[in-house]
Amino acid sequence: MTPSERLDATFLALSDPTRRAILARLASGEASVAELAEPFNISQPAVSKHLKILERAGLISTGQAATRRPRKLEAAPMAEAVAWLDDYKQFWEASYTRLDALLKELQTPVNANDKRKT
Amino acid sequence: MPAPLTVSTPSEREIAISRDFDAPRDLVFLCYSRPDLIRRWLGPPDWTMPTCEIDFRVGGRWRFVLKSPDGFEMGSGGVYREIEHPERIVNTETYDMDWTGGEAIVTVAFEQHADGTTTTRTTVLYSSREARDGALATPMADGMEVSFKRLDAVLESQPAL
Repeated sequence: MTPSERLDATFLALSDPTRRAILARLASGEASVAELAEPFNISQPAVSKHLKILERAGLISTGQAATRRPRKLEAAPMAEAVAWLDDYKQFWEASYTRLDALLKELQTPVNANDKRKT
Repeated sequence: MPAPLTVSTPSEREIAISRDFDAPRDLVFLCYSRPDLIRRWLGPPDWTMPTCEIDFRVGGRWRFVLKSPDGFEMGSGGVYREIEHPERIVNTETYDMDWTGGEAIVTVAFEQHADGTTTTRTTVLYSSREARDGALATPMADGMEVSFKRLDAVLESQPAL
């Protein structure tokens, strides 16, 4: 996958509330498909489908333990997605911080000093 | 302190940026519509703006060139499609280096709150999903990172989930 395709896969994976809940669950430790399905009102095949999307994005991996095959969280793609948003965010935060200062200046009356004297 | 900036991806072709300002809507709108004011805020603090031309009317053209401290120049331009003072500005946007794979459509919505503050929501609609990702891919992100490293501003961390 190209970096761009990887980001697509990551954002697609994060665009669903069930998948975000699965990631949140895996953040506290690895779990099997059955364990992951338990808190949700959905079938194991449905959970497996979500896991496939998460795995394709590289956000989770499947452990070796043959029968249980626990899923665990992988941090790198998430970090990449956050960094991608951060670059964008930094440009705008830097600009908007300057805009804050400009707006403040524009709202300061020109004769503010004179008023204080009287 | 205004609420921190949020960046989201409402669809596979869009990026949306929201931010609150401690100023009335008319004034924030003015800062988006006059070149002498835009020059004073657009871009990181150590960048300059050699070109900032605006023909602020529907069908009018705009052209910006931002220059980083190490000489990297980033030019962009487009046409105003909708101007609804003081609520909305819609314009097209194309970068000279065209890493966004063609024209994007930028909508800035200004929302006035009862307490006198204003929220701006900027939505950039790219021509494709690849274009959206391309916008952030190399020259822009790299060129900016150089100067971002010099910024003292501590940016609030993106929540992981």
